[in-house]
Amino acid sequence: MPEKLYIDALREGLREEMLRDENVFIIGEDVGLYGGAFGVTKGLFQEFGEDRVKDTPISEAAIAGAAVGAALCGMRPVAEIMFFDFFTIAMDQLVNQGAKNRYMFGGKAKVPMVIRGPMGCGTGAAAQHSQSFPAVFAHFPGLKVVMPSTPYDVKGLIKASIRDDNPVVFAEHKLLYRVKGEVPEEEYIVPLGKADIKRKGKDITIVAGSIMVIRALEAAKQLEQEGIDVEVVDPRTLKPLDMGTIVDSVKKTGRVIIVEDDPMSFGWGAEVAAGIASSSAFDYLDAPIKRLAGLDIPIPYNPNLEKHAVPQVEDIVKAIKDILE
Amino acid sequence: MSLTRDKKLWMYRKMLEIRHFELEVDRLFKANMIWGTCHLSVGEEASAVGSIAALEDGDMITSTHRGHGHCLAKGGELPEMFAELLGKETGYCRGRGGSMHIADLEKGNLGANGIVGGGIPIATGAALASKMKKDGKVTLCFFGDGAANQGCFHEAVNLAAVNKLPIVYICENNLYGMSVPFRKASSVENIADRAAAYSMPGRVVDGNDVEAVYEAVKEAVDRARRGEGPSLIENKTYRWLGHSKSDANVYRTKEEIEEWKQRCPIKRYRQKLINDGAASEQELDRIEKEVEQAIQEAIEYAKNSPEPRVEDIMDGVYA
Ligand SMILES: Cc1ncc(C[n+]2csc(CCOP(=O)(O)OP(=O)(O)O)c2C)c(N)n1
Ligand SMILES: [Mg+2]
Repeated sequence: MPEKLYIDALREGLREEMLRDENVFIIGEDVGLYGGAFGVTKGLFQEFGEDRVKDTPISEAAIAGAAVGAALCGMRPVAEIMFFDFFTIAMDQLVNQGAKNRYMFGGKAKVPMVIRGPMGCGTGAAAQHSQSFPAVFAHFPGLKVVMPSTPYDVKGLIKASIRDDNPVVFAEHKLLYRVKGEVPEEEYIVPLGKADIKRKGKDITIVAGSIMVIRALEAAKQLEQEGIDVEVVDPRTLKPLDMGTIVDSVKKTGRVIIVEDDPMSFGWGAEVAAGIASSSAFDYLDAPIKRLAGLDIPIPYNPNLEKHAVPQVEDIVKAIKDILE
Repeated sequence: MSLTRDKKLWMYRKMLEIRHFELEVDRLFKANMIWGTCHLSVGEEASAVGSIAALEDGDMITSTHRGHGHCLAKGGELPEMFAELLGKETGYCRGRGGSMHIADLEKGNLGANGIVGGGIPIATGAALASKMKKDGKVTLCFFGDGAANQGCFHEAVNLAAVNKLPIVYICENNLYGMSVPFRKASSVENIADRAAAYSMPGRVVDGNDVEAVYEAVKEAVDRARRGEGPSLIENKTYRWLGHSKSDANVYRTKEEIEEWKQRCPIKRYRQKLINDGAASEQELDRIEKEVEQAIQEAIEYAKNSPEPRVEDIMDGVYA
């Protein structure tokens, strides 16, 4: 299977869906000639023209709201928000309008749209360009939330998200764009709401999402040297959340650590922990459920502070050794 | 006009300070001594300096992601600025904020901003506080042509207009919001035209003419201080360098950039000061030397400053 960059796989997914369905279009800031701030849409403007790869003024509320309105009327917009932090400006249109339209209107409307953007720290962009908060959106009934960790998943999941008849928040970690992985030549879809076991193991389960999958796999590799056999489960979508796969894994290993990029308080890890504690896996637990997550601070600029703001490979390794001791 | 010779020389010095500061920042970036990203305002110095020259010391500003010039013109200190960019504990934000978040509250700079348009309502709130406290202060609110398309621009400007708040909105129109040309993002030719929608004065100014900027802003500041409400001023200017560190400039031509470089606000002012007999070449050269020296000293200070301590990482989230 050919290896591809995450960013290229994502673009391929977008392109294939645009070729398949002429109602699919891209809207956002600098997505046209410039190709998007991170280069996700590079070349699509040249291929599909300015009507289907639409540059907008700097107006996130209008981008999100226009996506909602166009989706209500049969289009399938993919809105790009340049940095995940700016989702807050798009928030009302997304959560008060798009998320609620269908139910409020008695199930008669549908809002098939995707709103996507890069989250996360690690580039020195400081507090207003670095936060990860996909879990916030999982709190709103009506929204789906996706956070792919590999090139394979990002392509399959963007296609599934575009085809889904609901508003989907699609969170990409900016450090993942340059990660390589296998992507098949033939068409495929990764369904929403299905977790993936990224590594099989028997001693402990790591539940990790997005960039933390990469760090969890690296930690697992290091722990293998010491005879510790780690299983890594990636939920891939926060909503719907595939608790079944997680519960089965914890029943097998008896120990679990949840690793998130978001700040700790009220994070999705708490939801997963509660799900495990109230499931049939409870009786199988040989150790308390452990969480590792970002500190409850805005992301600092200084590179060393920034590194300490979210879990790193060595933090995961240490936490697992502590649990197993 | 009431511009004293001292003020003229101050304006010249400040523009040079900003120019040299930013070129030095560019160099430090390329040498991997500065991390993250930053937005330089090379070519736009007259807008920051001419505008802030119209303020009194206690007045306030809000700035933008392209904010080094605003900070320096408002009395920002070179050592603390370099230290911030180097992520040091002695920096304006103790290394927590970086280029996009420098604030100098003591000098009335309520902060640069990473959110395009984010400062516009905040400036409006500062002016609201001044009105409530009757402290006689005026706030200058800087923002770009791109920011004028955020909903919060319209909301805040309207709020200021109905309350006759002591504020002057300064749009620095450098013809692009990142890669998108102004004419593709705005249906009106001038952002200043939008002032009519909120029945307040709107004025277009040659943003590369520091005295023209000063005069226009001074008039608006005086009006605001008299309690007659807000104004909108649009400084037409141009950024010489890329939008940020990672910009290949694919959306504009070399010719266009060159043409604007011919309209350098600093060279132009230097010529004017000499022609008007306000200063001699030697005097202006001496100012430049002083500025260069202060910058080198500031960089040394920043380099020798301590890093923030990891133990302190949780400090300062709450008051
Ligand atoms: C809310 C928000 N949207 C988008 C961005 C990304 N961004 C940073 S600067 C910029 C262009 C801003 O244009 P303008 O207001 O004209 O200021 P200029 O950069 O030209 O000085 C964009 C799109 C951002 N920082 N914040
Ligand atoms: Mg601009």
